[in-house]
Amino acid sequence: MSTLASYFGQIMVGLGTALSLTVIGFAGALVLGTILAVFRIGPITPLRLVGTVYVEVLRNIPLLCLLILFVFGLPDIGIVFDLYTTVAICLALFNAAFVCEAIRTGINTVPVGQAEAARALGLTFTQSLRTVVLPQAFQSMIQPLVNVFIGVLLGSSLASAVGVMDLLGVAQFINLHQAWGIGLFAAAAAVYASIALGMGFLGGRLERKVAISR
Amino acid sequence: MPPVAVPLLRVDRVTKSFGAVVAVSDVSLDVAAGEVVVIVGASGSGKSTLCRCINRMEKHEAGTITIDGAELPEEGRALASLRADVGMVFQSFNLFSHLTALENVMLAPVMVRKTPKHVAAEDAKRLLARVGLADKVNSRPSELSGGQQQRVAIARALAMRPKVLLFDEPTSALDPEMVSEVLDVMVELAKDGMTMVVVTHEMGFARRAADRIVYMDEGRVVEIGTPEEFFTAPTTERARNFLSKILNH
Ligand SMILES: Nc1ncnc2c1ncn2[C@@H]1O[C@H](COP(=O)(O)OP(=O)(O)O)[C@@H](O)[C@H]1O
Ligand SMILES: [Mg+2]
Repeated sequence: MSTLASYFGQIMVGLGTALSLTVIGFAGALVLGTILAVFRIGPITPLRLVGTVYVEVLRNIPLLCLLILFVFGLPDIGIVFDLYTTVAICLALFNAAFVCEAIRTGINTVPVGQAEAARALGLTFTQSLRTVVLPQAFQSMIQPLVNVFIGVLLGSSLASAVGVMDLLGVAQFINLHQAWGIGLFAAAAAVYASIALGMGFLGGRLERKVAISR
Repeated sequence: MPPVAVPLLRVDRVTKSFGAVVAVSDVSLDVAAGEVVVIVGASGSGKSTLCRCINRMEKHEAGTITIDGAELPEEGRALASLRADVGMVFQSFNLFSHLTALENVMLAPVMVRKTPKHVAAEDAKRLLARVGLADKVNSRPSELSGGQQQRVAIARALAMRPKVLLFDEPTSALDPEMVSEVLDVMVELAKDGMTMVVVTHEMGFARRAADRIVYMDEGRVVEIGTPEEFFTAPTTERARNFLSKILNH
């Protein structure tokens, strides 16, 4: 009879995989989502259109569909990544749409007069965005971005559905051998929940720290 | 024969519409260097739109606007730098709320004119002192009264050493007791030879500081004259009606 302890190594590797997928996926989503947000609020119509279409498409399909498309579809057209990389790319692409909307909503909380004043002083669009609008939008973007982070974390567990040994994948593997059932998955759920709650808590603290009074 | 002075600001047959609404209709106006022009008119008569066209916050569809002989370029870097020559002071101050008074004044010189930070800071302190706020350099907008915020906004516009300063109802959002502290700063600027275009309902300021008064109605310039002419002998019926309303309220 094995104990949970005998799987400790595998569980830690699984947890590491889940966390690294989350961090890489979120970082990618942050970069791409910021670019999309700039497209969507910027003055260039074709780029606005690209941003809008991207967001509307990506946030209206299930992440699992996207994963399956990438994992099984890409090799068909001759593009082969390892599973881990494919999942990380999907997480980034999918969540970029949500990052974009979080940033755009945050930017919309900044009164238009702020950008107008910057423009009237001769700042270019990018200068005004960087030095006037984004610093003020940052506070109201924190909670939504934390929610996206949590979304990436929870979404990363779908990796197990396409065969990646992340935390949930390891739990499924152990269950195959030991049939510990519910308790095992409850434990995995508790790990996900505590990471998510921890992030929410940190986000709340950061938000209070950067508060600007108007 | 003396050379004809080229006006610093020339608005020539400018029209601007929003859909079916013609906000500014065929307006021409020359402003000489050092001149103070006050624009008056009822709400909706196109005063703000004209100001916003002058520094191309709005793009006019017909006519030309030249500043110091240069026509306004299309949106982009060239426009950004030309816009920096035209200062704008807004009704709602629009100070950057995450920055101190000093940082508000320094930002554009550093970013747009590439002035070294320590030079910009010295300049900003001098300008804040000039508008009577030497003791508020490190205050944030939320810690300042409306009148103080508007004076910081004036200092911020001056920091770019603009050729022309536009004011769009700079005292309309202020509590009555704060109006004069802002107008006093503006009168001083006028005395120092600043070229100014001022939209205002403050007829006292218009009498005191204006070289000319422009009366607008329904997007058109209906009357242009010295304060003397405008207040004592308006030539149009509409201007007379406007004056009787504004002076008797
Ligand atoms: N951004 C805009 N979109 C649509 N209509 C506008 C806009 N700005 C101004 N207008 C219209 O243009 C006209 C002139 O407005 P404005 O220049 O603000 O007048 P004023 O400053 O004299 O009160 C008004 O009828 C106003 O409704
Ligand atoms: Mg107006």
